[in-house]
Amino acid sequence: MTHGLNWIRALVVMIALVVACAPAMTRQAGAQEAGAQAVNPTAMSVQADDLLQQEGKLQGYLAQPDPKLAILEQPQGRLWRAFHESWLPWGSGILILAVVLLLGGVYLLKGPIQADEVSGIKILRFNVFERFTHWLTAISFIILALSGINYIFGKRYLLPLIGPEAFGTLSQWGKYAHNYLAWPFMLGVLFMIVVWVKDNVPQRGVDWAWLKAGGGMFNNTHPSAGRFNAGQKLIFWWVALAGIVMSVTGIMLLFPFAAFGVNGMQITQVVHSVVGFLFIAVIIFHIYIGTLGMEGAYDAMGNGEVDVAWARAHHDLWVEDQLRK
Amino acid sequence: MARLKFLCDANRCIDCNACVTACKNEHDVPWGINRRRVVTINDGKPGERSVSMACMHCTNAPCAAVCPVDCFHATDDGLVLHSKEICIGCGYCFYACPFGAPQFPQATNFGSRGKMDKCTYCAGGPDADLSEAEYVRYGSNRLAEGKLPLCAEMCSTKALLAGDGEIIAQIYKERVVTRGYGSGAWGWKTAYGETITVT
Repeated sequence: MTHGLNWIRALVVMIALVVACAPAMTRQAGAQEAGAQAVNPTAMSVQADDLLQQEGKLQGYLAQPDPKLAILEQPQGRLWRAFHESWLPWGSGILILAVVLLLGGVYLLKGPIQADEVSGIKILRFNVFERFTHWLTAISFIILALSGINYIFGKRYLLPLIGPEAFGTLSQWGKYAHNYLAWPFMLGVLFMIVVWVKDNVPQRGVDWAWLKAGGGMFNNTHPSAGRFNAGQKLIFWWVALAGIVMSVTGIMLLFPFAAFGVNGMQITQVVHSVVGFLFIAVIIFHIYIGTLGMEGAYDAMGNGEVDVAWARAHHDLWVEDQLRK
Repeated sequence: MARLKFLCDANRCIDCNACVTACKNEHDVPWGINRRRVVTINDGKPGERSVSMACMHCTNAPCAAVCPVDCFHATDDGLVLHSKEICIGCGYCFYACPFGAPQFPQATNFGSRGKMDKCTYCAGGPDADLSEAEYVRYGSNRLAEGKLPLCAEMCSTKALLAGDGEIIAQIYKERVVTRGYGSGAWGWKTAYGETITVT
């Protein structure tokens, strides 16, 4: 109930801020012109609340060598609070639940995509380095995701269960994990881009046909696909782009105030958390289709070899290409 | 119960930084940590005002709301204190704080932050009052000794007032009426949702 109210209040604040910005700017310009003509040096001229309303925030000169502390007052912190305490937990919670329910529903109603036939002959789909790259990224991603989720939902669900002391210790280790495992994750994303970009260049005819057929999910066909089908290509490009966004914003958060002031840090955190939760939603889907959702798919990343018949069904163009070699 | 607040009369503050020095000395605050600071608005221009600022001990404090480990607690006097044992140094409170109060030592690698430090209103922390552990983590606990924050006590022009919100508001009102002007209660609207109006 209080969350619902907070959300509404936050929305109102947001709208008010946008509306208030435009006149504030013109007023500021006007004040500068008037100020040039006649300054009012009397004691009555400065009013704290007027100043804050005009400028949006208060800042000035500070003797200490710390520029972020020269900001006396930044009410924007309240907007960030509204984001962090209402929009983010509600939005991300609904998103993750929706994805899990959707996939659970598909699994229960339709069941996994069956492997049609088994030939018994294996073909190498991913070599050792490709699998290393995948699992390096995957394992660090999962720990990053869990420790990231803990920042938002830990105090709401885990803290009441295990108490503040234990939760504090756990979160401290979670923060260390989040800070350190960011680096193998970034390395993994970099490797992935290098290793797989050549197989993920969109091919107009094939990919479009695959997408139009819905990947064959609804009519149990197997539209033509190269080494990666259009769905996998989408996952690849999402991981590449979101991975870069997460890396850049993550580095900004690891080295706070290196590049931005406090408002910049707020925006960085917003981008990092929003893209992070979208990332988690996409990866839940990816994990489902690679394990429970499709028979025979896991082998490709498990031991690297898949059945030729499975490969022929799912990646016919790639198999032809491999056999030609 | 009193509601303890800070109020800086910017028409009296002369930017002497005695409050800053008093605070650092009283609590053995490490280098680079500024629990209190003086910011000068319109520096060198007509209408120059200096304001001494620290944690305002807000009502419905934003830092406490965004803390991922709930390390903050409000005392009966309305002070916002935190536990360094629970704090993980994530820095969220600094993003949420309107006044830039939370401070972080550069403790570990990758520029990551140590446990947050901020003004305690000279009231220590959750450890036992006047214990060694409390002093090391939070500095001295003058409130437990029946004294008010040292920054305000030390203020040479009595610009910085600390004490029960209603009493310091009354003192400020009387000043404004007597001298005929006042630049307002800096940060009060943001911190406490109310400002001091002199009629």
